Amino acid sequence: MRLEIIPRGARSQVWTYASPLLAIALTLATTLIIFLLLGKEPLEALRVMWIDPLLTKRGFSELFVKAAPLIMIGVGLSLGFRANIWNIGAEGQYVMGAIFATGVALYFYDVESFPIWLLMIPAGILGGMFWGAIPALLKTRFNASEILTSLMLTYVAKLVLLYLVVGPWKDPDGYGFPQSRLLTSAASSPHLIPGTRIHVGVVAALIVVAIGWFLLSKSLLGFKLKVAGQAPRAAAYAGFSTKSLTWLSLLVGGGLAGLAGMFEIAGPIGQLTPALPTGYGFTAIIVAFLGRLHPVGVLFGGLVLALSYLGGEKAQIALGLPAAVTMINQGILLFYLLACDLLIRYRISLPTRKVA
Amino acid sequence: MSIKRRTFIQAAGAGLAAGTLPLLGRKARAADFKAGYIYVGPIGDFGWSYQHDQGRLAADKALGTTSTYVEKVPEGADAERVIRELADTGHGIIFTTSFGFMDATLKVARDYPDVKFEHATGYKRADNVATYNIRFYEGRYIQGVIAAKMSKAGVVGYIGSIPIPEVIMGMNAFILGMRSINPQAKLKQVFINSWYDPGKEADAAKALLDQGADLMAQHTDSPAPLQVAADRGLKGFGQASDMIKFAPNAQLTSSIDHWDGYYTERVKAAMDGTWKSEDVWKGLDTGMLKMAEYANMPDDVKKLAMDTEEAIKTGKLAIFKGPINAQDGSVKVADGTTLGDGDIAGMNWLAEGVEGDLPK
Repeated sequence: MRLEIIPRGARSQVWTYASPLLAIALTLATTLIIFLLLGKEPLEALRVMWIDPLLTKRGFSELFVKAAPLIMIGVGLSLGFRANIWNIGAEGQYVMGAIFATGVALYFYDVESFPIWLLMIPAGILGGMFWGAIPALLKTRFNASEILTSLMLTYVAKLVLLYLVVGPWKDPDGYGFPQSRLLTSAASSPHLIPGTRIHVGVVAALIVVAIGWFLLSKSLLGFKLKVAGQAPRAAAYAGFSTKSLTWLSLLVGGGLAGLAGMFEIAGPIGQLTPALPTGYGFTAIIVAFLGRLHPVGVLFGGLVLALSYLGGEKAQIALGLPAAVTMINQGILLFYLLACDLLIRYRISLPTRKVA
Repeated sequence: MSIKRRTFIQAAGAGLAAGTLPLLGRKARAADFKAGYIYVGPIGDFGWSYQHDQGRLAADKALGTTSTYVEKVPEGADAERVIRELADTGHGIIFTTSFGFMDATLKVARDYPDVKFEHATGYKRADNVATYNIRFYEGRYIQGVIAAKMSKAGVVGYIGSIPIPEVIMGMNAFILGMRSINPQAKLKQVFINSWYDPGKEADAAKALLDQGADLMAQHTDSPAPLQVAADRGLKGFGQASDMIKFAPNAQLTSSIDHWDGYYTERVKAAMDGTWKSEDVWKGLDTGMLKMAEYANMPDDVKKLAMDTEEAIKTGKLAIFKGPINAQDGSVKVADGTTLGDGDIAGMNWLAEGVEGDLPK
C-alpha cells in the first residue's frame, strides 16, 4: 500500500495561522507522554517548564532578554525567506556584527564621557551587512547558492573571532585566556529596569518588529518580496529585479543579525569570547517559520523558543531532567510545525485503484 | 506541590536562622542544605563535566545533602541567568565549573552575599567567591616520564586545546618529564582551539602520528586521540577520567580529576558556617589528582612511574626546577631556582623540546 500526497488547491487562511498553535499543542501532548515515561508527574513537569519561568518579575524579564536576539534575527530572515532567498548564515552575520561592535568599543576604550554603545549600533549593523553582502555578490554575479555560501561563511566568521581573541584583541590582564577586555560601562547598553537584565536591545527588538511589519504590510518593497516568493514569473513580468531583492534580503537579514550580535556583546555578555556563537542564527530559522514569516508572528515565535530554553533550565533544576529536554522540545516542535504545514497544503490519500 | 513549597520555606527559614542567630547554635539539617553545580558540558562527556558530577554525587553521599546540577550551560549570556536561578532557589553553595563562568559568578555573588560561590580554574575572588583548581601538570610530568620510556622514536604527539597557561604548563611539564629520561626527546604539538571535539581531536592525532610521533597525549576531553593511537597499534594516555575501557590495550595511564573530597569538604564548611573564601590549588598529595592504573607497560617502567608519583607527592621532586630553557634555548629558570606558583599560573612560554609555536 502506498500513500499519495495530493495538493489541496486553495490554501486555508485560517489554518495557515492556526497551524503553529496546533503544532505547539501537539508538542505539549507529546512531551506529556515523554514525561510520563520518564516517571515524572507530567502535568507538574509541563507547569515547571512552560509556566514557572513566567511567574517572577526576573523570570519574565529574562524571557525577553533571551528572545531579543532571536526576534531581531528572525525578522530579518523572514523578509528574505518571503522572497525565497535562503540566508542560512545568520549565525556568521551575528558574529561579525559582534566583532565590528567590539572593534569600536576597544578603539574607544579610554573614552568614558560619551556613550560608545551608540556608535556600536551602526558598527554592528555594518558588520552583519558586510557578511551578508558576500553571499549576495556571489549569488548575483556567479549564481552561487546563497544557502551554501552563507552557511560556509559562518565558519569563517567563527575563525575570525577566534583569531581576534587569541591574537590582537586578547585581554592583556586575562592570563592568556582567549577573550577581549570586559567592555566599559560607556560601551554597555544601559539597563532599563532595575533588578532585571532588560537592556536597550530588548526595546530595539520590538522596534525592529514594528519596522518589519510596516515594510512587509505597507510598503511596495514588502509587496515585491511577497510576489517574488509566491509567483517569481509574475514578479519578473512586473519588472521586479531579482538581483536587487537578493541584495536587499541578504543586507537586511545580515544587518539585523549584526545588530543582535552587537546588543549581546554590549548587553548580557559584556566581552568578545569564543563562546559568543550559541546557535541563535540557526534557532532564528525555526522562529521565522513558527512566526509564519510575519514580523509580529516572529515576536511570538521568539518568545516561545526563548521560553523553551528557560523551561529546560527549570526542568533541570526543579525536576532533575537532563539538558537534552530543551533540544527534544525544539525538535518536536519543528517536526509538528512542518507536518502541520504539509497537511494544510496537501492531503494524504490512498491511491485510487485502477482497473486493469 | 504544596509539600515542596513548605520544605523550601523550612529550608530557607533554617538557613536564615543559621545565618542570623549563630549564637543559638542552630544549624540547617543536612537534608535541607542544597548545593548547586553548573557544568559547561554534558555529564555524559566522560571527561571534565563527568568528573565534576562524580564529585557532586560523592559529596551528597558523604554528607546526606541534596544537590542540583545544570549541564550544557553556554559560557556567555546564559550563565548568569542559570547561576542566579540557583542562588534564588535556596542553594547555599554554588560551584561554577568552567573558566568562562568567572564574571557571571562574580556578578551574581555580589547580589547574594549569603550564598557561597566556588569558581573552578578562575583567578577572581570575593568575600563569598572562592577559586579552586587541580595541579594537572603533576600528572603530565609522570606521563612524560612514561612516554620517554615507551616511545621508540622519542617523539610524542600532543594535542593542545586553547593556548592558556593551564595547557602550556601541562605541555612543558610533559617535555620536562620526557627529557629527565631522554634529553633528546621531542614533543610535537597542535592546538585545536576546543576542549571537546572528537572529530577534530581524531584528525589532529592522525596528523601528528603521520609526522613521526609514535605516542599520543592530549589536553582535550574525548577519548578520540587515544582510540586513534590504539587503531594504529600505538599507545597513549587518557584525560580527566579513566579511559581504559575505550582502549584497553593502549592506555598507559590517565590523570584523573578527583573533586570528591574537595566538594565534600566545602559543602560541609558552608553548612557549618566555617566556609572562607580561598584559592585552592592542590594535586597528587591531597588526592585531588589521581593516576589511573599504570597499564600496558613493562614492570620497570611501572616502577619508575610509581616512584615518580611518590616523589611528587612527598615534595622531593619539584617539576619546574631549573635549569629550564625556552624553545629558543634562552634560560627561563636558572639552575638552582624553582618557579613559584604565580609564575606557573601565568606561564606563556614553551620549553625546549616542544616543536611548533603558540598560536598568535
